[in-house]
Amino acid sequence: MSSKVVKALKNNEMDNVATVFGTGVEMGSKVEVSDPKGERIVVTALESIPYGHKIALSPIAKGSQVTKYGEEIGIASADITVGEHVHVHNIESIRGRGDWDMEKQEEERGIGR
Amino acid sequence: MKFSGYIRPDGQVGTRNYVAVIPSVVCANEVAEDIARQTVGTQAVLHHQGCCQTPPDLERVTEALIGLGKNPNAGAILIVSLGCEGSDTDRIEKELRRTGKPVGRVNIQEAGGMSRAMQQGTDKAQELYLQISGQQRQEVELSSLTMGIKCGASDTTSGVASNPVIGNVTDRLVDAGSTVIFGETTEFIGAEHILQRRAKSSKVAADMKRIVDQMEARAKAVGVDMRKGQPTPGNIAGGLSTIEEKSLGAIVKSGTRTIEGVLPYTGIPDHHGLWAKDTPGREIEVLTAMAIAGASVICFSTGRGAPQGFPLVPVVKICGNPLTYEHMERDMDINAGLIITGENTLEEVGNEAFDKVLRVAGGETTKGETIRYTRSMDIYCLGPVI
Repeated sequence: MSSKVVKALKNNEMDNVATVFGTGVEMGSKVEVSDPKGERIVVTALESIPYGHKIALSPIAKGSQVTKYGEEIGIASADITVGEHVHVHNIESIRGRGDWDMEKQEEERGIGR
Repeated sequence: MKFSGYIRPDGQVGTRNYVAVIPSVVCANEVAEDIARQTVGTQAVLHHQGCCQTPPDLERVTEALIGLGKNPNAGAILIVSLGCEGSDTDRIEKELRRTGKPVGRVNIQEAGGMSRAMQQGTDKAQELYLQISGQQRQEVELSSLTMGIKCGASDTTSGVASNPVIGNVTDRLVDAGSTVIFGETTEFIGAEHILQRRAKSSKVAADMKRIVDQMEARAKAVGVDMRKGQPTPGNIAGGLSTIEEKSLGAIVKSGTRTIEGVLPYTGIPDHHGLWAKDTPGREIEVLTAMAIAGASVICFSTGRGAPQGFPLVPVVKICGNPLTYEHMERDMDINAGLIITGENTLEEVGNEAFDKVLRVAGGETTKGETIRYTRSMDIYCLGPVI
């Protein structure tokens, strides 16, 4: 376990993720999250998180919104717990989803047959 | 506030004084490139379009090349034609002559092949540069400056450091009466509601929605998740997980002022202020769109380190990632990473970037310009090559 404290930024008070701006975050690392008001909380990382990647600040259930800048940046594709690395493996976009359109079309064709 | 630039016959003000060597079709690239290599003060504007395209795309290429020739950094223009291209070279020449700037033209087939076209073209480029090389810079109001903005090879530092710095510079320039253009429609996806609130009118807000819907529909038509195309693998490695996250960080560089209108890809603003332009996200086509719109300087934000510039327009690189800046210092002009490390405030780096833009407008070269990392460009077309 690392005893180094790494800094992270929460962009908006609504956010349920923060961005880690430091290197060496591993399982057990203390991540100091500051928000625009200057308030700080410490979150313990559950796994290694690379520089510039996101850490979960609250539990996010599968299918619910991931919020950064106070806005929707996607939905959880798996249940996420506090301290987890939040990235392409557990959140997905709801925009530009040609694959969803394709699945829908295939379903409709299936029903028609 | 003032800067020092080249006043053109059409009243526009350039920050550079080049002979733009413009091939009207991809097949003329080699000749254009060799003419430019042989002659000082030239910049070849090489692209891959102009033939065997659908008529709307050929029209778009013609418009784009006219726009590039009209760019105020081109003091003179040499058009290099093959002779059988689909783009309308006669119209390009006619419209560029209307600007009052010296224009030359060479036709490869008519000249009798490459070596003869090279000789004719080099003679013409020499004449053109001799006509403009004595022109002096003059002090002009900042309202004569047109800036294009762009982000590339973004990571999560872009949205909190380098893009806010460009937003800060954009607000200052718009307040000074300058013209600023931003684009990258793909990177409005998921953030368009925020841009719509800043639209000058309901028509502008509707236009914003329309270009985003069209871009998203084009991406979706392929039938896959657009992730990896946008955000790119580099963006993803840098921590950006979705297009929404990328967009919300990207739009910050447009600052906070009113959006006057939404321009098509080859559009040119008809009055000062902040304008959106319908472009894809890829560097080479976006920088071209900015140059077409008349940008005489471009501010470019990056996180992972996108180093390339543009042939006609100086590109100021503002790096949001302090690790990248340290690693790629010779390509990056401004270290906005100091905001991330807490060493500088946004306002401080904004001051530094604003001063840099004015100095570059006045003739100071950017790092990339100094080492000629400026040759890649292309024109964004919608239809197939046929």
